[in-house]
Amino acid sequence: MRVSVITFPGSNCDIDSRDVFADLGHDSRTIWHKDTDLQNPDLVVLPGGFSYGDYLRSGALARFSPVMKEVISFAKQGGYILGICNGFQVLTEAQLLPGSLLANENLDFICRHQYIRVETGNSPWTHGLDKGRILDIPIAHKKGRYHLDQESLKRLEDNDQVIFRYADEEGRITPEANPNGSVNNIAGICSENRRILGMMPHPERAATKAVVSSDGYEILKAFESYLASGN
Amino acid sequence: MLKAKIFVQLKPSVLDPQGKAVSGTLSQLGFDTVQSTRISRYIEIVFAENDVEVLRPKVKEICDTLLANPNTETYHFDIEKVAES
Repeated sequence: MRVSVITFPGSNCDIDSRDVFADLGHDSRTIWHKDTDLQNPDLVVLPGGFSYGDYLRSGALARFSPVMKEVISFAKQGGYILGICNGFQVLTEAQLLPGSLLANENLDFICRHQYIRVETGNSPWTHGLDKGRILDIPIAHKKGRYHLDQESLKRLEDNDQVIFRYADEEGRITPEANPNGSVNNIAGICSENRRILGMMPHPERAATKAVVSSDGYEILKAFESYLASGN
Repeated sequence: MLKAKIFVQLKPSVLDPQGKAVSGTLSQLGFDTVQSTRISRYIEIVFAENDVEVLRPKVKEICDTLLANPNTETYHFDIEKVAES
């Protein structure tokens, strides 16, 4: 597949994101945020980092980078987009995903391993994964508290758009397993058409041989198998 | 010239952990009547404009488009005249 990773000023996971796809044999490149050609991708990745220094609100300024017009148009045409951490924040600011990411409840910058539970296999990103599967995916953020009003939250959950929740090692969804105070332990959601995934944990940091967890591969390979199945 | 003085606040329903932390420190300092603290963002923008009524809808558009996130924040603003510098 062709993967285009957007580099905003302040992105710092763009190269890692590009490389994990390249290591899996995909044609993967970075695109500077001032460019307006997405180079015909099958997948656009909005990577982690601190675009525009997190000024105003995380993702608020990046959302108006020149390339975002193309990303939004790509989304409207049914394109696949993966937003990781700051990328998730940009997607909510661009209203491609509902809700907002706010300061962690404990105000800490949290950088650690985190268990997340797969909430549905009904997404390109969890295709073939069992519901309830537990993955060890690192988190690294200060503004990751997912917030959504009650009515929209009900709609999101009724539509099966919650893809991952923060869990403990046994898969229990508890307040103790919730690192940042996200509503209902939500760690990742998809769009109504299920093609856009936003998640705070970093699968690209668990998808190289050099690191402890390789569970990030599960998400990347789920997407590969989804595309290969001709969906 | 005109200056817009814009306040952006978290909606009352949204937890403000910064405000909570400041409340805690104020209590620790002996200000025992502090009930709650909310942290807001204050923004000043100076415009090369002179007509308040022309500027008002522009400031509203700026707030709606960029300065405030309607999911979590509300805003209000005042406009005042400033001397040419």
